[in-house]
Amino acid sequence: MGNYIGKVVKRVEDPRFIQGKGRYIANLNLPGMSYAAIKRSPHAHANIKSINVEKARNMEGVIAVMTGKDLAESGLGTLPCGFTPPDIKLPPYPALAIDKIRYMGHGVAVVVAESRYLAQDALDLIEVNYEVLDAVVDAKKAREEGAPQVHEETPNNTSFYWPIGDKEAVEKAISEADHVVDLNLINQRLVPNAMEPRAVVAQWDDFSGEMTVWTTTQNPHVIRVLMSAFTLFIPENKLRVISPDVGGGFGSKIFHYPEEIIIPWLSKALNRSVKWVSLRSESFVTDAHGRDHVTNCKLALKSDGTFTGLYVSIHANMGGYLSLFAPMVPSALCLTLLNGIYTIPAIYGETYGVMTHTVPVDAYRGAGRPEASYMVERLINIAAQELNMDPLEIRRKNLIQPDAFPFQTQVALVYDSGNYPGLLDKAEEVSGYQAMRAAQKQARGEGKLVGIGVSTCIEACGVAPSKAVISLGAGVGLWESGSIRVHPTGMISVFTGNHSHGQGHETTFAQVVADELGVPIENIEVIHGDTGRSSMGLGTYGSRSNVGMAALSKTAEKIREKVIKIAAHQLEASVEDMVYDQEKGEIHVKGSPDKKKAFGEIAFACLTAHELPDGMEPGLEETSFYDPENFVFPNSAHICLVEIDRNTGEVEIKKYTAIDDVGKVINPMIVEGQIQGGIAQGVGQALWEHGAYDDQGQLLAGSMMDYAMPKAGKLVDYQVDRTETPSPHNPLGVKGVGEMGTIASTVSMANAVMDALSPLGIKHLDMPLTAEKIWNAIQNSGS
Amino acid sequence: MYPSKFDYYRAGSVSEALSLMQQHEDAKLLAGGHSLVPVMNLRLATPPVLIDIGRIGDLKGISSVGGSVKIGPLTTHAMIEASADVPALMSQAASGIADPQVRNRGTIGGNIAHADPASDWPTVLTALGATINIAGSNGERSVGATDFFQGLFETSLEENEIITSISVPSHGEGTGSSYAKLFHPASGYAIVGAAAVITMSGGQCTGASVAVGGLTECATKAPSVEAALTGKALNEATIAAAADAVAGDLTGDILSDFQTSAAYRKAMVKVYVKRAVSAAAGI
Repeated sequence: MGNYIGKVVKRVEDPRFIQGKGRYIANLNLPGMSYAAIKRSPHAHANIKSINVEKARNMEGVIAVMTGKDLAESGLGTLPCGFTPPDIKLPPYPALAIDKIRYMGHGVAVVVAESRYLAQDALDLIEVNYEVLDAVVDAKKAREEGAPQVHEETPNNTSFYWPIGDKEAVEKAISEADHVVDLNLINQRLVPNAMEPRAVVAQWDDFSGEMTVWTTTQNPHVIRVLMSAFTLFIPENKLRVISPDVGGGFGSKIFHYPEEIIIPWLSKALNRSVKWVSLRSESFVTDAHGRDHVTNCKLALKSDGTFTGLYVSIHANMGGYLSLFAPMVPSALCLTLLNGIYTIPAIYGETYGVMTHTVPVDAYRGAGRPEASYMVERLINIAAQELNMDPLEIRRKNLIQPDAFPFQTQVALVYDSGNYPGLLDKAEEVSGYQAMRAAQKQARGEGKLVGIGVSTCIEACGVAPSKAVISLGAGVGLWESGSIRVHPTGMISVFTGNHSHGQGHETTFAQVVADELGVPIENIEVIHGDTGRSSMGLGTYGSRSNVGMAALSKTAEKIREKVIKIAAHQLEASVEDMVYDQEKGEIHVKGSPDKKKAFGEIAFACLTAHELPDGMEPGLEETSFYDPENFVFPNSAHICLVEIDRNTGEVEIKKYTAIDDVGKVINPMIVEGQIQGGIAQGVGQALWEHGAYDDQGQLLAGSMMDYAMPKAGKLVDYQVDRTETPSPHNPLGVKGVGEMGTIASTVSMANAVMDALSPLGIKHLDMPLTAEKIWNAIQNSGS
Repeated sequence: MYPSKFDYYRAGSVSEALSLMQQHEDAKLLAGGHSLVPVMNLRLATPPVLIDIGRIGDLKGISSVGGSVKIGPLTTHAMIEASADVPALMSQAASGIADPQVRNRGTIGGNIAHADPASDWPTVLTALGATINIAGSNGERSVGATDFFQGLFETSLEENEIITSISVPSHGEGTGSSYAKLFHPASGYAIVGAAAVITMSGGQCTGASVAVGGLTECATKAPSVEAALTGKALNEATIAAAADAVAGDLTGDILSDFQTSAAYRKAMVKVYVKRAVSAAAGI
């Protein structure tokens, strides 16, 4: 055992963050910097009749003004879509609208000026003549006859159809069932609202022909590939993409965005450094939104509560254009999780990917998996009510048992490991479930609306292996690289293709390498987010950084092998007789602990290079590329308690218990932080957040004045605890934790509210479960 | 975050501010900046000139004068929150305004001059029977809160006038006060706010001043509620009946947004009047 893995190590990145020393793109100022601002459409659907940029162009201090047409004519590419299921209809996505507007917020022109203020002034001088057209914002309505059409390329506004499972078997199960729960639900649209708005700085070097782009991305290497191959056409070896300190992503910073190509394009055209930092009001209408599914789902059961079949049909709102991974979210990342942690003999799911006049929708924390959990766990709760069973008992009856792994689901995936009954038992015990139920009974007797929410969930993390991902429709495999460079003094630089934008990789990755090599964590620096420094990597999303950690574990193994060979040579012993003490960072001869070499001595020997085994190369540096053999499957059971104010409909959270199995834990504090933040985000969706549009495509919740983010004062101290079943195929046994809290908490909170309202005969309300919505339901229930 | 171009002057005194205002038509006064600057950043307001009165020391602070408390317009929400000299509902209301950062910068004078219908101070000052003291080029005048607030972002302040202080009568023995607010889940502003000042004597309500805001274009007194309370022995039933009477006191349009309908606000104002009165009466 090492000294760091499994222990609370304070985050090495925090001193700079809490002292305001973080380096964000907005802080970056280069010599000769110019500043860009983008004129955006106030309409959701319109023809651009004309754009007059002359006044802006002639304004003092303005360097350039370009329209969508100007950019396209100068050769700028369109934004690619990286997940293309068969028969997908893929309309081109221009960085700036050329002749048609398809969502409110799409840019129509860009201004570059000597100051950001001047750029903003110039925007006011651009005159755009729009012919405003009827819009459609609802995924279901968009497929109806006569609906306004978003693209010529997508008849009936349908871009793709993605089915999975055995439809006949499910239909049979439903027709033969003792009981069927049939539920229409909406998983509402969310606005990600990362703390730091997106930003791009580009610096073209006319001398070397090199382009450096700083962009707030979760995956700089992926963005570089896309820039080189699809959008900017700058040779990849001449293109450096840097993603420095980034203030949160939650998925929204995965995608290749218009500004990411407009700004470098202008930098090259003008031979100036150009900077663009999104305004918060721009973030609302340009960062890819999340969720927005209209769903019908059915659960077939025997009268004793045994599940016999599950049917799901989703209309997924894709927005005005297909964002980078958008089609993957409601299909391969959602329907493949319908199995939950249960034995369900027959499952069928289908998704229609629908274009509407709204901001493009893509992955948002959980990405497809919260939607799956929400359907399954709402259905189960309603089934429990209708069959008069306890929600824990109906779940227990259907759990996959611990001896069933690897478990082949009905929807493609093979679960790696888990102990689901143990998970549920622990949640019951830690939450004091039975006592809460007894207290609920008493409270109900007093007329109080008290509810207990139960949910379980499973997540497929790591998004791998590459063969499987590509067979599902992805455009790239999802492996990861990890390099370890041991400097002659024994100090270590670790390079990863993952990216940390809040997760604390600089700490946890260092913990792994420190233990693998037996060196003090202070000697290690983790470097990420720079294509000029790290080898290729696919980035951080889908709770996939466990893949990068695994790569580093493999790399460390190579380093150890070389170190052992050198030590054996110097100690005149055979390699087989060497012991690498990972606690002390020493290599000694078996049985002779005094015949030893320290790690640092070997590192230095790799510089002097005169005492190496014959034929061995000097230097101590290794790289591994790790392609996981399967996803990893963290799972959880959350139980929460709420009370609803009958007079106002307001929900008060009284208690929240989260039990998560994220496999082997590297840093318990960071894991708990991830779970806590995740819970807040999920509760936000359940109770408050709603990226609402009016029927003409105006975003109603377009600012923090209207979009209700979860606030600390409305939340409670969570009870967070764990079970641990290591993943058998990840070298470290880790499973991933980034999205777990969000996936589980959304539906546990919704189930709690609905449980509180169940005595009034209210079966289901769609999220967000706002005070007014609940109050109205109470009024209409006649109680 | 990029307002259009403006000129900036800093006034050292009220008289200097008044003279600057005379020189610059369409100038706006800048106090804490927490109402004005956000709308400038969005370019919803584009004043050509800002006159910063934020450092006029005379305009900041809380003092007791005879039977009333005098509050300078530059007094921050945080100072009021921490004050033991103001009526209880003022510090209570201040503690529910936005977040600590805003409370440390935002001022009561700036807030009431802006007259956002969802703000807390108009409701609170109306219930307290506060007086707004104003200086202008034609001299000084005083206006009661009920006359000061005139509509949506509308007050009785004339061109070239500055609020110099707010006078709030001190409570006597037997008088309690409370503010009850239904927070907007996003903005934290009042969907409905109700303020009550209740005087009890021998179990009877001998004086009631109740105001509501948030749901109408400007804060208003609730005379029907006051009448239904005064002279009554207060208990849950009498307070509930009185609170229901607030429906008759609402004038003009009931505000709504996409999350909160007018119907819901009309129902909630009864609930919140009841809560404010109950807390003020200690019931």
